[in-house]
Amino acid sequence: MSDIEAPFLAKLKGGDEAAFAGLVADLGPGLLDFARTFTSSTALAEDIVQETWLAVIRGLHAFEARASLKTWIFSILVRRARTIAARDARLHARAAARAAEVEWEPGQGRRGLWDDTPLPWSVDDPEAIHQSQEALLVLQTALDRLPEMQRQVVLLRDVEGLSAADVCNILALSETNVRVILHRGRAKLRQALDRYMRDGATSDGAAPSEITGRVAARGIR
Amino acid sequence: MNCYEAIDLMGDAIESRVPSESRAGFEEHLEECPACGTYFEQLRSTVSALARLPRRGDSGVLTQDLLDAFRRRPR
Repeated sequence: MSDIEAPFLAKLKGGDEAAFAGLVADLGPGLLDFARTFTSSTALAEDIVQETWLAVIRGLHAFEARASLKTWIFSILVRRARTIAARDARLHARAAARAAEVEWEPGQGRRGLWDDTPLPWSVDDPEAIHQSQEALLVLQTALDRLPEMQRQVVLLRDVEGLSAADVCNILALSETNVRVILHRGRAKLRQALDRYMRDGATSDGAAPSEITGRVAARGIR
Repeated sequence: MNCYEAIDLMGDAIESRVPSESRAGFEEHLEECPACGTYFEQLRSTVSALARLPRRGDSGVLTQDLLDAFRRRPR
């Protein structure tokens, strides 16, 4: 446990309501996004988060901080979600529809990563792509469409910023598995951004010229 | 280093964790191979954009139900 976390945990265990409200404000939105990976229903995702918090409250007095508070809470969510979402039949239909995709494997080179040779995006600084609200929307849409496991690993590792070891613990996956799944997911997201940067293909079907104009207005091109 | 080896190291490279014995070969490959170089740069941009995704919904609000449960929590 970090030095910062110990006093905070003591407050929580002591019944400090402001500390608990702070925890909910801090982790709630990320937990809901993560819960959405287990179900296509927003209402069900909200139930999963609610049940997670109730389990956190019940387990708080016995929490021994072997993992960080955040890792512990996300682990609880996985257990609640797997129980609850197992009843959500739509999830299985979605997974089956995607089985045919070519997935990257270590040692297989670019297979599953790119078909057309990657060309530089015509921007001064590709790192600045996050300054475009539209690019972030393209990214969010592509993230929502990833196969379940890839979406979960990318969310925890890249969006939540948890360590690789924490991601392994939360999802009960080996380190090798997490690395492969992470690259598969990131590769698809890069491809979505690439398509958008190249011909302005967005989820809302706006015309490429319109996008170029909008992106230019934000100083990306 | 060839494309196959370089691609397998890209995940480590994003976290600056390429083993030291492979580092020079990896960087050399990215400079020599436009496809891998461009791909890696875009992969890194993708990852840094992911860290900045805005959150959805108002699920960070402490509801009365949760507050009541917190007050009744086991000690």
